[in-house]
Amino acid sequence: MWSFFHKFGSPPWLYRISGSILRWLLPLTLLALCAGAVWGVLYTAPDFRQGNSYRIIYIHVPAAVVALAGYYVMAIAGAVSLIWRMKMAEVAMRACAPIGAALTFIALVTGSIWGKPTWGTWWVWDARITSMLILLFLYLGVVALYEAYDNKALAAKACAVLSLVGTVNIPIIYKSVDWWYSLHQSASIKFTGESTIDPSMLYPLLLMIAAFYALFTCSLLLTMRADILQREAATTWVRRLAAGESG
Amino acid sequence: MTGAMISVPQPQAASAAAFCLRLLRRQLVLGLRRPVDIGNPLLFFAMVIALFPLGLGPGPATLASFAPGILWIVALLSNLLSADAVFRSDFDDGSLEQLLLSPQPLYFSALAYVLAQWLLTGFLLALLSPLFALMLGLAPVAIPALAVSLLLGTGVLSLVGGIGAALTVGLKRGGMLISLLILPFYMPVLIFGSGAVQAALGGVSAMPQLAVLGAMLCLAVALAPLAIAAGLRISVDS
Repeated sequence: MWSFFHKFGSPPWLYRISGSILRWLLPLTLLALCAGAVWGVLYTAPDFRQGNSYRIIYIHVPAAVVALAGYYVMAIAGAVSLIWRMKMAEVAMRACAPIGAALTFIALVTGSIWGKPTWGTWWVWDARITSMLILLFLYLGVVALYEAYDNKALAAKACAVLSLVGTVNIPIIYKSVDWWYSLHQSASIKFTGESTIDPSMLYPLLLMIAAFYALFTCSLLLTMRADILQREAATTWVRRLAAGESG
Repeated sequence: MTGAMISVPQPQAASAAAFCLRLLRRQLVLGLRRPVDIGNPLLFFAMVIALFPLGLGPGPATLASFAPGILWIVALLSNLLSADAVFRSDFDDGSLEQLLLSPQPLYFSALAYVLAQWLLTGFLLALLSPLFALMLGLAPVAIPALAVSLLLGTGVLSLVGGIGAALTVGLKRGGMLISLLILPFYMPVLIFGSGAVQAALGGVSAMPQLAVLGAMLCLAVALAPLAIAAGLRISVDS
């Protein structure tokens, strides 16, 4: 088991294995995204209160869920890089920040577009919305801190500390909908107890959430591969790879 | 061979506490020798408060309704202003490096630094806040809640600000970055701090909000020095 764990520290191994994972995960992700979007938009009944405008849920909720989960991935990768000094965990942590920021941004924008027809306003200072905005700032803070350091090894350590500190805020964001009752509706999907969403709408939504998780994994692996190549540009295996692919 | 072992003098258990008190005293003396540095955040507080009647209009009713938020936001900004300087001079003259090399636990040293910073900024601000509250026309019933919420809340702000300061002290352009890093963490404190004052204004007990602030302070005292210590080690490496 430990030898498996140690293999993650090897850039060529990670590059190879991520390549073979992406070969089947990437088409599968695109398929799931298309299937979920078509199912959700064309083959579900309109909501009895919100009509057709609710269909943006199929992008809004998955983006928000994965944006929050991405923060944990970043923090865990940061912890691994601090504890076991694994370079590849640093690479993973660094790759999470811009992807998470993009997903948070998508969740905010789609929420705003959804808010206009249902609440009659683009933006309210509601607890969930404001805390998602804070999540965006947390991600951007990690990116900014990384860029501010000239020494990238120290930059990764500093970002790991910052992302671990940030985990304190994530449960607050998760529970904000239930703690502060305001314009944003409370959680519809519950793992314990009855969901308040109809199964015909729930299944495409769950498919889209799974697809977004896969999309996050794909983007993470692609970013990591690019970063690995850049870091290891001077090594023989990368040179051999470059020669093999071009020749 | 046991007889030939060289006995190494073990550091006493009490020496860590004595060291921290000494560190705290040093920081306070350094602060008091430069009264301008203590006065600046308070002066900033007073000046920004003077800007609000100009910006929002001098109507007493308007000001009084915005007073809880105004007082808390200004307290937050003045803390932000002083947070950057906590480790700066010690980093520049190399005494921070000596501190990291010393056998004393860095956790308590970090706590001593932050405590000194809080005593010279947040604590004084909380003591002076009733005066500013009266200037803005805040109802007297809410003033105890304001002072207590500031006492608890600025402690959290100083500890969190210390994390930002520790992470950016090695950087030449850390000043702007520190606000980007730590303002997201200030927001929950602001919500409950101004919430406590609002509750007292509305005639409800402010205890729930104050209890949450107290819980945040406990969490910050327990965890923030660890992050500060890690941040200082990273910054001194650079």
